[in-house]
Amino acid sequence: MVTAGNNNAANGGVAIRTENVMRHYAMGQAMVRAVDGVSIEVGSGEFVALLGSSGSGKSTLLNLIAGLDRPTGGAIFAHDQNLAEMNSEELARHRSHTIGIVFQAFNLLPRMTLEENVELPLRLAEVERGERANRVKEALERVGLGGRLAHRPSELSGGEQQRGALARALVNRPTILLADEPTGNLDSATGDEIMKLLREINESLGMTIMMVTHERPRAEAFADRLLMMKDGKLDGVAAGNGSAGAVRR
Amino acid sequence: MKLRDMTELAVRNLRESLLRNSLTTLGIGVGVASLVAMLSIGVGLQELASKQLSRSGLFNAIFVTPTTREPRFGRPRTGLQAVDENAHPLNADVKAQIAKLPHVTDVYADVRLSLEVRYEGTSHMTSVAGLPESARGDGAFDGMKGGFFSSAKTDEVILQMEFAKQLAPQQPESLIGKVLTIRFMSREPLPAESGGARKKPGAEGAESGDDSGEGGGFSVVPHERQMKVVGIVDADPSAGFGAFGRERVFLPLETAEEVQSAQVNDIQALLRGGSGERRYASLTVRVKSPEDVAAVEASIKGMGFGTFSLLDASHNLQQVFLVFDRLMGIFGSLALVVASLGVINTLMMAILERRREIGVLKALGASDRDVRRLFFVEAGAMGLVGGVLGLGMGWAIGRAITFATNVFLRSHQIPPANVTAVPLWLAALAIFFGLLVSLAAGIYPAARAARLNPVEALRYE
Repeated sequence: MVTAGNNNAANGGVAIRTENVMRHYAMGQAMVRAVDGVSIEVGSGEFVALLGSSGSGKSTLLNLIAGLDRPTGGAIFAHDQNLAEMNSEELARHRSHTIGIVFQAFNLLPRMTLEENVELPLRLAEVERGERANRVKEALERVGLGGRLAHRPSELSGGEQQRGALARALVNRPTILLADEPTGNLDSATGDEIMKLLREINESLGMTIMMVTHERPRAEAFADRLLMMKDGKLDGVAAGNGSAGAVRR
Repeated sequence: MKLRDMTELAVRNLRESLLRNSLTTLGIGVGVASLVAMLSIGVGLQELASKQLSRSGLFNAIFVTPTTREPRFGRPRTGLQAVDENAHPLNADVKAQIAKLPHVTDVYADVRLSLEVRYEGTSHMTSVAGLPESARGDGAFDGMKGGFFSSAKTDEVILQMEFAKQLAPQQPESLIGKVLTIRFMSREPLPAESGGARKKPGAEGAESGDDSGEGGGFSVVPHERQMKVVGIVDADPSAGFGAFGRERVFLPLETAEEVQSAQVNDIQALLRGGSGERRYASLTVRVKSPEDVAAVEASIKGMGFGTFSLLDASHNLQQVFLVFDRLMGIFGSLALVVASLGVINTLMMAILERRREIGVLKALGASDRDVRRLFFVEAGAMGLVGGVLGLGMGWAIGRAITFATNVFLRSHQIPPANVTAVPLWLAALAIFFGLLVSLAAGIYPAARAARLNPVEALRYE
């Protein structure tokens, strides 16, 4: 079994650690082993890409770390808190305070303006009303959408929507950012912009980022480390060039 | 998530599918309206009946007679309302004693007499009743024009509308403030000694007695008093026993007593001779509410007097109305049950439509509880609005029923009446029920939404 230890000694702390984590489910008569004994470690401030073909279990692993799904075996630690032992309320708090998440499909709520979308995590986390407007503005400015507060998602381009989703993921100041194919719905130029933005956030905020993708070149260019998955198992580890600064603006 | 944020999100969601949610809300409204309309008929009829009854003085009155003895066979009664000298006398002391009993609001003797009323040169013989102060709060004087007597002993009259029309056929209301004259024959004891203002030497029929005044002779002197008309009342023609309805002219009780005791036809007082003590044939005791009747009745019986009240009849009537209200409530609730199915349906649709949104909310940190509450608040908001809406509609239906009933009643020369009523408790109950039914209907959908697996909800389609 391949295990992926944290080789980013510079930051010291461990943000994410899984121990032989499993996610099996029954589909008809068959038992699907979506994640089947994966042990990884991601250091604080590290930018990790999770690579694999579709069905390799990479998204399932991401959902487990996000606390959206529960493992059927093993343990998942986020800053030494074991997600496998949390009840649903505690998992909700984990998603609210520790994790920020962006999806391939952006998933901005179409009926709300960008500002309202970004405010949503603050409402859920019961952040004081007076503080919210500033936090929203700050998050949107960070992703370069400071002037589009009142726009609805349908009035934004794909890249802008993904930036908005990124602002929403960051607004509650999580320590871990999870991204599930964040460039999957974007053309390559826009995708690169999003990747640059992720890298910039990683470096300026010291944000731990775990990104699921099937685009190896992009992963190599922007991530510190690549974790390869196949059939629910870790299939290999490789170094990325993200920290080399080759893509710096 | 805080309730305020929850409510904002809920209202936003409700406005999104405006037509569907409005129709569902309207459904709750109709349900609540049917409940309100049904109950308002029950309550209205009950109020009407008890008003009529309290107007008749039936249920908060106790009639006291001098003796507890049952009339015996073979012993001929000595005449209507004859005072049995062996029984405890109903005198002023007893009256005062009864008045001091707890819950008693008034004790009075019925004073009814006949008088001649003169107004603008015409003269009318009419029946007159004394009105106790407690009659002021009676339903019978609800719709009166003018006002009640300024005090219990004042030269003021209230006229019954029919009589007022006799006096002033064109504008009976114009009588208020006018002065009319009552005439009665007064019995003047012949003065035993010198000094009476009316003493006329050699007055006819005079019998210069040597004993104390009343026992001796008397003369009949016509008397007049000027009375100011203060009010005109549409006395209820149906009011019966113990009521003031049949009389044409009303005087303050003490004024009436004064006139009565002076009147020449007070045979009893004459027969009683010189005792001078006023005795009553019967007293009417009014108590605060029908519940107090039993206790007061027992105390008066304990004092050795006969009593009579219609307490049991009142209990039966209350029971009938209780059953009637329940039945109305059950029929009204059926529509509300149907409406609750609408709420369930709407929320289930909303879950299907908003699967992805629920998934996003969960990914952003919403707990199962947050999602459940969000749907609850949506159900509650629909229930609240539906409840208020239904209250308005139910009230309007009630008014319409009253209106239609009154059109019918008028066409049959029966005075109109409120047959529906929406008291405050019914209004509160309606809104509460709308809310409760919606929340109950929201339990299952809200639980379904809360259980929704975010990974499945977010799976890219």
